[in-house]
Amino acid sequence: METRHKILLLDDDADWLALCREQLAILPSRPEIFTAGNAKRALALLESEKVRVLISDLKMPRIDGLQMISIVRRRFPSIRTVVLSGLEDEEYRSRAYALGVDLFWLKSEMQRNAKLFNECVEALLGQSDRDGDTGFRGLQSKSLMDIIQMECLSRASTVLRVTRGPLVAKLWIQDGELRDAECEGARGEAAFRRLLAWKTGAFENLPPEPDRERTIERPVNALLLESAQSIDETNQPAPDAESEETSLHRKTMWKLAQLTREGAEFVVMVSLEKGDSEGLGTQNVSALAGWTRRAAEIARRLGDRLEAGPLSHIAGEGLDRQTVMLVHGDRAFLVGWPADPVENLLDKSRKLVASWES
Amino acid sequence: MGILKKLFGGSDACVQQLPAGTVTVDRQGRVVTSTVSSTFPQPLLHAIGRDVLELFREARAGQMALAEVSLHFGSLRITARELRGGAIIFLFPQSAMSAQKNARQ
Repeated sequence: METRHKILLLDDDADWLALCREQLAILPSRPEIFTAGNAKRALALLESEKVRVLISDLKMPRIDGLQMISIVRRRFPSIRTVVLSGLEDEEYRSRAYALGVDLFWLKSEMQRNAKLFNECVEALLGQSDRDGDTGFRGLQSKSLMDIIQMECLSRASTVLRVTRGPLVAKLWIQDGELRDAECEGARGEAAFRRLLAWKTGAFENLPPEPDRERTIERPVNALLLESAQSIDETNQPAPDAESEETSLHRKTMWKLAQLTREGAEFVVMVSLEKGDSEGLGTQNVSALAGWTRRAAEIARRLGDRLEAGPLSHIAGEGLDRQTVMLVHGDRAFLVGWPADPVENLLDKSRKLVASWES
Repeated sequence: MGILKKLFGGSDACVQQLPAGTVTVDRQGRVVTSTVSSTFPQPLLHAIGRDVLELFREARAGQMALAEVSLHFGSLRITARELRGGAIIFLFPQSAMSAQKNARQ
């Protein structure tokens, strides 16, 4: 008799559970679906049923999703785990992946891309079946180059989605060949080179897209070698003033391209410790840097006195423009935008700053 | 009997409630009207007013005149509108969920 896979859905919202149950019921493998409204009930079900995939919310009373996943990873290491959360903060995504979850989906994304979500869950169910509860999971202290090489050597077909804060990049790999890449507005080999310059991030495997148009023709090993050489050269001091000037010029051009692509007017970066500043898109760098530095001081002082927590950002609106100020470690960034309404102003500013820093 | 009070009564450690409400300050930073609870320390309210006015003043000096400024902290949002040299300041304590929502705004 054919045994059906078992999926356990954990969420404190009964309506959401019903919606998910309905959606997962149409999976081709027709899995048996269990639901639990709290972690205690879910653990009891995991003890009694041989569940393959656990899909859990994060924000729940008493035992939250992260605690639950940590327990499950320890007590039931063979269960595949998926986080389905409404919390859009990248920090939760990083923390969930650090605990070893297989997938992290936002509820809003899941509703928009229900088909893709189902395919991901189906792939996880199939994976468990293929592995027969054996094999290794988890990748730590591996560089992106290692991960790409592993995917290509194993002749895998997948879409590798790499995130670094607000930045998202994708690599399309088909039968071990790199076919296409997208990163920070670039595509093809340029995107691949840009992605390899990222030093940190999180990655996840999405179902393959065999029909994806091919933009990369050269073998992946050649590209990896070339990128490794380029990164080495960047890390070494410039041999002469001319090449240093060329490198600076290239960086400036890249930053200007980012600025134009996002539609921002200017970016000013201030080092809060050293006091130096730089900016693009404005003649008024020193005055704007002065305000940025002062605003960062005021915000830190106010935050401390009111015990209001860390500063997320400062948004400003004037007649001519809008501004967003963000603090990243010992540096503060002021991004100027046109006065007309701009969608996702904060997200766009964060992207620009993350890209600027890289 | 007073010895215990002397030993343990001197501590003024406490959890401070975040301010909620609206404050208007004049151009000198004096609080003109306020709907913030009277239990909230007045010197802190004055400090908020002064700091907000300084932000507007510094922005004008930097040739970036602002009509509105919002400071988004983890658990508090301070939104201030410039008002003839003074300001009207809105104080919104943030819960975990509203902080997420506001972070996207």
